[in-house]
Amino acid sequence: MPQILVQDLAKTYRVAERDPGMFGAVRGLVRRRWRTVEALKDVSFSLERGELLGFIGPNGAGKSTTIKILSGILRPDGGRVEIEGLVPYADRIKHVARIGVVFGQRTQLWWDLPVIDGFDLLRDIYRVDPQRYRTTRDELVAMLRLEKLLDQPVRQLSLGQRMRAEIAAALLHEPSILFLDEPTIGLDAPSKLAVREFVKKLNQERGVTVLLTTHDMHDIEALAQRVIVIGHGRVLADSPFEALRANVLAERRLFVDFAGAAPVLDLPGVEVRNRDGRALELAFNPQITSAPALIAAITARHAVEDIHVEQPAIEEVIARFYDLHGANEA
Amino acid sequence: MNALALLGRYFAASMRSQMQYPASAIMLTLGQLGSTAIEIVSIWALFDRFGAVKGWAFGEVMFFYALIGISFSFADFLTRGFDVFGSDFVRTGAFDRLLLRPRSAALQLVGHDFRISRFGRFFQASIILAIATGMLGFVWTPQAVLLALWTIAGGIAFFSALFVLQAVMAFWTVESLEAVNALTYGGVYAGQFPLSLYARWFRTFLIFIVPLACVAYFPVLAILGRSDPLGAPDWFLPLAPAAGFLFLALAFLAWRFGVSKYTSTGS
Amino acid sequence: MDALRPYAAAFSSRFLLMMQYRAAALAGFFTQCWFGAVHVMVLAAFYLGAPDAAAASPITLSQAVTYTWLAQGLLAVMPWVGDPEIADGVRTGAISYDRLRPVDPYALWYVRAAGWMTARLVPRVALMILAAGIILPLIGQGQWAWQPPASLPAALLFALSETLAIALACSIIMLINIVVVATLNARGVNILMQPLVIVFTGNLLPLALYPDPVRIALFVQPFAGTLDIPNRIYFGNLTGQMAWAGIGLQVFWTVLFVVLGRFWLARVMARLEVQGG
Repeated sequence: MPQILVQDLAKTYRVAERDPGMFGAVRGLVRRRWRTVEALKDVSFSLERGELLGFIGPNGAGKSTTIKILSGILRPDGGRVEIEGLVPYADRIKHVARIGVVFGQRTQLWWDLPVIDGFDLLRDIYRVDPQRYRTTRDELVAMLRLEKLLDQPVRQLSLGQRMRAEIAAALLHEPSILFLDEPTIGLDAPSKLAVREFVKKLNQERGVTVLLTTHDMHDIEALAQRVIVIGHGRVLADSPFEALRANVLAERRLFVDFAGAAPVLDLPGVEVRNRDGRALELAFNPQITSAPALIAAITARHAVEDIHVEQPAIEEVIARFYDLHGANEA
Repeated sequence: MNALALLGRYFAASMRSQMQYPASAIMLTLGQLGSTAIEIVSIWALFDRFGAVKGWAFGEVMFFYALIGISFSFADFLTRGFDVFGSDFVRTGAFDRLLLRPRSAALQLVGHDFRISRFGRFFQASIILAIATGMLGFVWTPQAVLLALWTIAGGIAFFSALFVLQAVMAFWTVESLEAVNALTYGGVYAGQFPLSLYARWFRTFLIFIVPLACVAYFPVLAILGRSDPLGAPDWFLPLAPAAGFLFLALAFLAWRFGVSKYTSTGS
Repeated sequence: MDALRPYAAAFSSRFLLMMQYRAAALAGFFTQCWFGAVHVMVLAAFYLGAPDAAAASPITLSQAVTYTWLAQGLLAVMPWVGDPEIADGVRTGAISYDRLRPVDPYALWYVRAAGWMTARLVPRVALMILAAGIILPLIGQGQWAWQPPASLPAALLFALSETLAIALACSIIMLINIVVVATLNARGVNILMQPLVIVFTGNLLPLALYPDPVRIALFVQPFAGTLDIPNRIYFGNLTGQMAWAGIGLQVFWTVLFVVLGRFWLARVMARLEVQGG
């Protein structure tokens, strides 16, 4: 029995539409037009304990709807969700005591209170045993380096400091599943690294199941063993990230700096993408021409100063994937 | 930790965060005391120009005014979270956060905030009550004190119910309902005057639909030892505040309905 | 004309946005009906209970009733809270962008407040006229109805005076906005203003019904210009020279507050530290 089981999830919203202009505004006062949006059409997947899943897709694809349903605050129109034997939206209070949720753009701490006071309140809200709480809190404080921040009011923390405190706050009751919604949004580079490192450790050392949504593909690259791409309310792909990359963009890039002016190359299955003085950027398909063979062919004929192979940037992989599935229209 | 102890924690936290700006808290309290005191001037002006109305003197109307004010200030103090529910929770999505915690959302909303400044109105109403006591030469027997406390308790339940209902409306529209306080502030205003001033349809409304008269007019008659000129039986007068609690129970039923609507539409 | 375009755009975008708020309009209308009904019944009880005092009153019961419906219908004009958009902007730091735009911030905020106010005013006043001016007489309750203006000249003067009332109210809202920006907190000033405005505009009780010795003082204080003066012009209680004196007062206070507000806003903006920005 998987820890999280999602079957044929469906959800439809109704949104009001407004006619443009002054006349439309007045008409809207009297009569309103509605449009239905199918946020989720048919989403199924399952997750084993201890997995770290990346959940990606363009805005409006259905990511946050899915997260809301899984966390128990939204009821689907159709389909079935079972998490550790509970139906989240039916047993909300029981369910939410077992999960931790971090929303990157919203705080769960108390703005005017010192961080430590907010933690204490959460202990009481979650009914955490005081002894147990002290141990967990001290561990989290050490892992997330919060020692110096504990006595500061939340409003005085920088965004990166606050996010570390938020993550600690979501884990004080030792949840077995952690939902992270855009946890690195707006953070500076060191804070992003700190967050990623912590999440990885939490997943690997404590076996906490992590479900991560993000727009930052580096989060995915650094963390996710498995990726679900969602678009138009459907699961477009569910595979390890490397497999996704290989399927979508088999292309590799070769960057060559020649000793003299860059020569004109004519090799089968190789395309010149960029030419700049002595430098060339080449695109090739490793299934037709292997990288060693290509490098050997070039160095055999020309004097080369530097050479390296790159995989396409992850953003490019995802953008291409969305294009292939028409998911960007959403 | 049980609900009451948790509320105690919330209360302490709220006090601590307001005490970060002690000057502002004191100023707001004094400001509310001073500015709400002006309102009674307009009632006095009516009596000054026209004299007693339907057998009611200014001192008696001050009595109504004071008890309503005390009830309202406590309700406002306890249910601030419901008052700002539409703007601070639904519109911002912060309500999701409450639903993600293993406690009832209503409990967390009560604990959301306790504004010290609400005591400004409480002090103002208490001063008015003292003045009214002097003007009427009223003697506070233990029985009258108990009855007044019971009336205030019913009044707190009644106004809390209105704040809860106001929050329930936010489930259907997140528009800035700056004027939904028709029933809260409007209730305070309507409750200041004896029921007998109003037309029959309005009296019916204030007794049976929104039972304001049950937490103001009827029990105050009992405290003052007067019979109802409209003919409500004397035995009923001291029992009337119970309607406030019934009203609160109904408001929470509506609240539960609203929460379930929220979780099925997510808006 | 081009110089005015940003301001016209700010006005109409705010107006159109606010017009969408249908439930808010209905809730506002409901509030107005409630307060209006309570006021009318209370006033009637006092007037009818003391015929001598009623005869000596500066305004008649029917005028006081019309005054009440006007006060409720025009509730959106009352300057008792700052523009919520400014308060939001202070919280999120968005108002710092207004300093970067090539426009006059005072004028921009002023027209936005005007858009906000008139968009709330239009549906509410229309519903109020329908309910208190048309339906009440139709169901045989004409004595409690909102009466038409006293005369054509009164109507025209009222139109002028009400326009000035909106201008004056916006200049007061601007002062509140500036306090909000200066103190980085909207709650305090809003709590303090509400009771003051409700009393001194005449919303709670027509200013003419206060004791005779204080009536002059109440007439010349600035809040009278947002409600009491146009109302009394409407039902012919202020005519001729007195009406023009009232309009002169409205202009005087508006100009004074705009000058004061511009000066103060410039100073506040100069030392502004935007929270969280």
